[in-house]
Formats: sequence, structure tokens, C-alpha cells
Amino acid sequence: MLRSKTTWLLIGKRLGIALITLVIVSFAVFFATELLPGDVAEILLGQAATPEAVAGLRKAMGLDEPALMRFLGWLGGLLTGDLGTSYVNKMEIAELLSGRLANSLRLAGIVTVICVPVALSLGIAAAMWRGTLLDRVVSMLTISVISVPEFMVATLAVLIFAVWLDWLPALSYGVNVDSLGAMLRAYAMPVITLSFVVSAQMIRMTRAAVIETINTPYVEMALLKGASRWRMVLVHALPNALGPIANAVALSLSYLVGGVIIVETVFNYPGVAKLMVDAVSTRDLPLIQSCAMIFCVSYLSLTTLADMIAILSNPRLRH
Amino acid sequence: MTVSSRSTRFLRLPTPRNLGYSFNWAGRIGLAVMLFWAVVAIAGQWLAPYPPGEIVGWDYFGGMSREFWMGTDYLGRDILSRILMGARYTVGIALGAVTLAVAIGVVLGMIAAVLGGWFDTLLSRLLDAFNGIPSLLFGLVVVAAVGSSIPVLILTLTAIYMPGSYRFARALAVNINTMDFVTVARARGEGTAYLITREIFPNILGPVLADLGLRFVFIVLVLSGLSFLGLGVQPPNADWGALVRENIEGLSLGAPAVVFPSIAIASLTISVNMFIDNLPTRIRDRSD
Repeated sequence: MLRSKTTWLLIGKRLGIALITLVIVSFAVFFATELLPGDVAEILLGQAATPEAVAGLRKAMGLDEPALMRFLGWLGGLLTGDLGTSYVNKMEIAELLSGRLANSLRLAGIVTVICVPVALSLGIAAAMWRGTLLDRVVSMLTISVISVPEFMVATLAVLIFAVWLDWLPALSYGVNVDSLGAMLRAYAMPVITLSFVVSAQMIRMTRAAVIETINTPYVEMALLKGASRWRMVLVHALPNALGPIANAVALSLSYLVGGVIIVETVFNYPGVAKLMVDAVSTRDLPLIQSCAMIFCVSYLSLTTLADMIAILSNPRLRH
Repeated sequence: MTVSSRSTRFLRLPTPRNLGYSFNWAGRIGLAVMLFWAVVAIAGQWLAPYPPGEIVGWDYFGGMSREFWMGTDYLGRDILSRILMGARYTVGIALGAVTLAVAIGVVLGMIAAVLGGWFDTLLSRLLDAFNGIPSLLFGLVVVAAVGSSIPVLILTLTAIYMPGSYRFARALAVNINTMDFVTVARARGEGTAYLITREIFPNILGPVLADLGLRFVFIVLVLSGLSFLGLGVQPPNADWGALVRENIEGLSLGAPAVVFPSIAIASLTISVNMFIDNLPTRIRDRSD
């Protein structure tokens, strides 16, 4: 693998940008939740609190320090794994999160394993037989899924699989891992919904990436020389489309972040997103901040990964 | 490009079709549905058969009947009336947010493209960083901090979608900025304001309008998502996302109260998508 200096320079630059973005994002998350109206001490003590009590609590929580100092302290805490304590139930946030994070990651992992092969084959097939019935059906389906909200896909899945067909329970109450059957039934609905949302994006982007390569003169040349459609796409076009496809996969996986928030709420799935939505309704700010950072970091790493794949797979940079 | 060589021999009347501005049937259907919802959003109040906030039926999650065309909700309110009123919130908030977002984004994008230099770099970096926050998450954090009201929703949605609009407009404007007529205008000594309004803006208008439509769809989706999580439009008012949330318990009964608001959202977003996808290429790709 011959990679030139330019490639590494670009990679380094991209990583640098990601790092700066992360700092700005954490800044935004911190100040959005800390500086806007509604002092935490007042919220915690309720309307009947005396000013002295509020001032006391403010001091005890370190709220009287300058905002910038609190931000730096919070950022340092994040880096060392000290996420603070929840306002509502006084538990360590790291402790609250650990189990939930594993659940969410498991859900995301299963969806990825199902989506990637299905979406890639459908996307490539649609590009290969562009304009045929297959392509039109796939395009129609993906556009429909993309243009409706995630919760609608979820409610539709419940209507079809739980109400009309009566195959699955409508809600996955807790994750029951007693038997394989029970586990499958608990995961089925969230996984089906998320898979639809994510693969729709992935199919569209894969199809676009392959079509772009097929439209290049060298692929047309292969066709004119008499290569079959299979050979033209799989042998000539696909190797060059791999970079954009990998980019598309990473980008569409970032849609998991938004999708998971809705899906976990609809199906009562005990993951980070459910924790966060609950924290929003109780205004548990430290918990919201930590959850938001988890989502931002995963989103950022996926989009950064997508860009890095695009840079690494670009042969024009290999001088 | 699309004009065949034969038709050029005959007299060509400047009809929309000949100018390349006509819509195909899919675009027309999209336009019709959009207009329908626009009318409902304005006139919903007078079209509704019952007052949307009042309990009119004794049956909760009632089915479709002659009396209640789309059934009743979890309290026995008429769903049709609530959907007609909900159009005002969904369409209104989304339209307000998308107008603000695109206006700010396009103006900043054009200024950045024309001025270039540190202003461009700094603004682009900063706004790119905002793109690094997942949209629904941003909404959640803001609502958690300041609570939910209609102005807050509009401003939040604006903040979420402005960076994307900036990026899009800047990319278009950078291309126009290098063209000869802009160079000539600059050599004439025209100022930035003139360059932006007279030289660049007319040339990026088509794609910007198409982008506005797509962004409108995204905003409707995020707004519905927020309302569905209970963080958008607050009761007793309800946009379509909130209507789905209110009646989600009726899902296991297969109640029309869940189905129809969902259909309303889908019909709006799909029709806008259809309309944009089938815009005449003359409008959409004017800058190419």
C-alpha cells in the first residue's frame, strides 16, 4: 500500500478538524444546558425555596464559579471518565450509563450486521439494472422510507407484525434473555424498524456511488468491448466504487443516532436514548449532557470515518 | 439540450413546455397535495366539522363513521378536526423555520463566497462544527434547557438547518463567483451588496429553491419527531407528530386515530419530495 505524504496529511487534517469540532460541540452542549434560563439550584429546590437555600445549594454544587471554569472542569471529568452524579436520583452517571450503553450498542451492532449485506446487494443490483422494474421498486421504497418520520416506520411495523399478523409483542418490555426465542422476540421490532431506516439511506447512497462509476468512460469502454453487464459492474466498476460505497455505509450508519432515539422510546428499549429522553422530561442536566456527548461522539466518529475512507480510497492522491 | 432538432424548424411559441418549465404528472400531483395542505393550514379552522379541542364522542378510539370521518381520539375528540388544525402547526412552524434557515444560510453563504479570506474560513469551520450535532439530539438538548414553545421550536429548527443551507449556497456561489460577468462587475467597482443581489443571487435561485423544499421535508420530520417524543408542540394544541403520540396507545387496537395523522405527515413529505424530484431541470440545475 503506497500512500503518499499528501494522503497522511489530509487524514491528519481531517482528524484535527474532528477534534476541533468535538470541542465546539461539547462547548455548545454544555452552554446550551447550563447558561440558558432556569438556574439548576432553583429548579432542584422548587418554587418554595428561600433565596438563602438557593445560594447555599449553588455554592455546594459549584455553580457560583465562572462558567468557563465549570466547562473546563466538566470537560476534564469527561476525559477521565468522571461524569458526575445525576440530579434526580443521585447516582453516578457512569454507573447509570454503562448497562444502557451496552444495550444500545448491541442494538446498533445487530442492525449493522443485518443492514450492510442487504443494503449493499440491493444498492448494487439497483444500479446494475438501472431503470428496470427492480430498480424502480427499490427506489420507490427507499424514497418512501426516507421521507416519513422514523416513528411512523415504527408504528407501521407494530401495526403489521403485532396487530394484524400477531407475530410479535408490540413493546419489548425490558430485554429478556432467558431463551433464544424470547430474546429474538424482544429485539425483533426495534431491529426491524431501525434496519428499514438505515438500509433505505444505505441503498440510495450505494446505488448513487455505483451509478457514478458506471457512467465513467472507462466502464463504457468495457461495455463497448463486449463485457457482459455482470462483468462490467462487478469487475470494472465495483473496485473503483468501493471507496464511495464504504463512505456511504459509514454515513448511513450515522443515521442510527437519530433513529435510535425514536425507536428506543417507541419500544421502551432500555438504552442510552431512552435514558436521555427520560432525563429531558426530568431536566436532569448532567445526565443529558453525558448522553448528548455519547451521541455526538458516535456521530462524529462515523462521519469522520466516512471522510477518511473517502480520502484513503482516492487513488488520485497516491503520488 | 432537450430540444429535438425537428421541432426547432417550426415556430416555437414561448409556452412553459417549450421553455422547459413544464411539470410532469408526478410533479403536478406533488404540487396539488402541497397546495391542498397549504389551504388547510390557513383555513383549517373553518373547515373543521367540530371544535378540535372539544370532546364530541363518547367512545374513545372510535372507528371511522359517518359522524366522525376519521374516528375519535383517546378522549373522544374528532380526529379529522384535529388533523385539520394540526396542519397549521406542522406546516406553519416548518415553513417559518425553513424560511429563516434558508434566508440566513444563503445570505451568509453568498457573503462568504464573495469576501473569501478569513471570514469565509472561520464561518465555514464554525458552521461545519454545528453540522456535527445530530439534528434530533440538538432539539432534545435545547428543549431540555429552555422548555418548548413555538418560537423556541422555530428558532431551534432554524439553528439546526441553517449550516446545511449555508454550505449549499456557498458551494453554488463560489462557482458563480469565478465567472466572467462577476469579474467584470467587480472590475467596474461594484460593491459586495451589488454583487450578491444582482450577479450571484439570480443565478443560484433555482437550486436554492429546490434545496428549500428538501430542507422543509427534513424540518417536518424533525419537528414531528420532537412532538412525538412529547417535546414539540404542547397540549392542548397538537401538530401531527403530537397527534400520533397522544393516540399511540390506540395502536394495538389499530385505531384510525394513530393511522391518519401518520398518513397526513407522509402525504406532505412525500408530495414535497415528488415535486422537488420532478422540478423542470431548467429550474433545478440553472447554475450548471
